[in-house]
Amino acid sequence: MVTPARYWREIPQRYRLEAGKCTRCGKTYFPPRLVCACGAREFEIVRLKDEGTLQTFTVIRVAPSQFVDEAPYAIGIVELNDGVRLTAQVVDCDVEHLEIGQKVKVEFRRIQTVGEAGILCYGYKCVPV
Amino acid sequence: MVGIVGYGAYMPRNRIRVEEIAKVWGADAPSYKRGLMLEEKSVPSPDQDTITMSVEASKHALRRAGIDPQEIGAVYIGSESHPYAVKPSGTVVAEALGATPEVHTADFEFACKAGSEGMYVVLSQVEAGHISYGLAIGADTSQGAPGDALEYAASAGAAAFIFGKQNIVASVDLTYAFMTDTPDFWRREYQYYPRHASRFTGEPAYFKHITGCARGIMEKAQMKPEDFAYAIFHQPNGKFPMRVGKMLGFKREQIEPGWLVPKLGNTYSGSSPMGLTATLDIAVPGDKILMCSYGSGAGSDGFIFTVTDRIEEVRDMAPKTRVMLDSNKNYLEYGTYAKFRGKINKITE
Repeated sequence: MVTPARYWREIPQRYRLEAGKCTRCGKTYFPPRLVCACGAREFEIVRLKDEGTLQTFTVIRVAPSQFVDEAPYAIGIVELNDGVRLTAQVVDCDVEHLEIGQKVKVEFRRIQTVGEAGILCYGYKCVPV
Repeated sequence: MVGIVGYGAYMPRNRIRVEEIAKVWGADAPSYKRGLMLEEKSVPSPDQDTITMSVEASKHALRRAGIDPQEIGAVYIGSESHPYAVKPSGTVVAEALGATPEVHTADFEFACKAGSEGMYVVLSQVEAGHISYGLAIGADTSQGAPGDALEYAASAGAAAFIFGKQNIVASVDLTYAFMTDTPDFWRREYQYYPRHASRFTGEPAYFKHITGCARGIMEKAQMKPEDFAYAIFHQPNGKFPMRVGKMLGFKREQIEPGWLVPKLGNTYSGSSPMGLTATLDIAVPGDKILMCSYGSGAGSDGFIFTVTDRIEEVRDMAPKTRVMLDSNKNYLEYGTYAKFRGKINKITE
């Protein structure tokens, strides 16, 4: 179950796609890391592009309990236009006709709700352009 | 001079036709289509709500405004379907846009008038010099009880406006407000669907307040219907805005560009604001635009705008409202619609 504290910690990434860009070698990490592969520890915060291309995907037909109502749904790896790849649900599409190479954009959506009375968790999903 | 610096709209891709709803309830679709002048309406996906649509509409407004979100000093969201009963929508939206923490947020509620209410207040904040830029949003995922006349119209959408003093696309020349206590539509605490007073929602409610507001603002401005290129009136169905326009002396051509309701439905707090976005999409510099919202309970906010040269630079920077209305549509059957809107729920173990 998502606790308010855990959800809150991830807000910069889930809401605004905030990534860490190494100030020495320029490599971008999403989510941000403390140490770069080059050994540097200084990062600047950058916001990722909100458009990209579907690299691969799978269709979830037997979903975890909190996503049962949404099955079947697609989870894809999307390469954003700035080269960073992320995993996201691909929605507002017919999963039987989804194809690799599909252009997508990132939209702000509700990711899950915690029971009948818990918090509403928001974040990014992708939709075909 | 204060005015709109950037504007944007957003609507879900799902639609349901009047015939599909009428079929389930044994109603006569042609008479609904003719009587209410409605063809179809937008339906939010299960992962869309007032907050998510507000974020998307605001991103479009930000693109057109060309400002840093950190410059936004206020985020006001008007809706009758805020996802939480207690916890602001505004903080989520401000956070998602990157406008926090030096920002004032508030959630407004006044039936279908809450969006224009936010516009009214944020405009005053900018005018007073308290903030440089302010964001006002009207958004709703409105619900009509199954089989009720409202079910044919209650839809989803959002419109966002950034107000400021520089780089204006439409100046606000005058505002006017017309309110009385009129119980024509309401939803009590813990009730899922709103109730309405049927025909009482017409003459003493919608028509009285919109004509009162429109006549009041035109008198104050010393303007006549023919002085305006366009007019937008709240759109609970297709018929009312056309009829109120005619009563006031406006022609169909002045109303039609912002008349989204036949294909969009009634987006409640988003209704007249979304009509304004569609009108700005086609307006030319110098055009005068009249907008009168309506919220049950009851009241109407009036605005007179003058479009500036900058409109030509910004209108293509974000998706146009009618393009969104006419493309990528996904038609739903009533069963899927009922599931999406929480009218039927899967059994849980």
